[in-house]
Amino acid sequence: MELAKIVADLGWETLVGADLTRDVRDGYCSDLLSDVLAHAQAGDLWITHQRHLNVVAVGKLRDVAGIVFPRGLRPTPDVIARAAQERVNLFLSADPAFVVAGKLYRMLHP
Amino acid sequence: MPSRTPLVLRRIYPVAPRDLEQAGTVSTEVRRELLALGMSPDVVRRASVICFEGEMNIVLYSQGGRVILLVKEDRVELLFSDDGPGIADIELVSQPGYSTAPDWARELGFGAGLGINNMEQNSDLFEIRSRVGEGTVVRATILLGVPFF
Repeated sequence: MELAKIVADLGWETLVGADLTRDVRDGYCSDLLSDVLAHAQAGDLWITHQRHLNVVAVGKLRDVAGIVFPRGLRPTPDVIARAAQERVNLFLSADPAFVVAGKLYRMLHP
Repeated sequence: MPSRTPLVLRRIYPVAPRDLEQAGTVSTEVRRELLALGMSPDVVRRASVICFEGEMNIVLYSQGGRVILLVKEDRVELLFSDDGPGIADIELVSQPGYSTAPDWARELGFGAGLGINNMEQNSDLFEIRSRVGEGTVVRATILLGVPFF
């Protein structure tokens, strides 16, 4: 499913929209960076509470479709700037992680 | 044992201890280099994971070091060398779940005790050598054109 449709339907705020035409494969939830490196797949949307600079690097290296910060956890401007530079999509949702994941799951697996 | 295949590329990246601002930049640079060489997505992905874990280990646990990228016709080698403190029990630190990460690092999502495991899982050849008080060298090799499972 196209990323732009998911972002619009779930009402996420786009912090960095480097490429909204990407195809979303699935989702992955984890706050452990090594776990994400080991198990997230290219094209996944990654839901995480971590919002520091290294998250951008992990997202880039794993080639995720985007990173979603739940519960309105807004990253600092330096994180947003790094993501824009590295062309990593970043989104913000007001929902808690469980709800973000649930809504996304329902869209991807109707 | 030194490989006799010709060298395609060699890069040396210094890594500063505790510098989380810069952490991850070596890995993204290595990824860029491998993509520029036309490496397959699978090789790029595996090298990226190995490199990030190795780079973070130098940042979080060492007194500083370097990442060396060697690309040869038949392989990609990543060497992580640091200037101490060295590892007394390599078998222990290689166990999944084992970590000496301080609380501040764990709060940032590091220290899951999966780093070395991730490096090994993505390598065809993997080796750790260490001397307490001197340093550690980790060598991870990806063989090109060899089936990987």
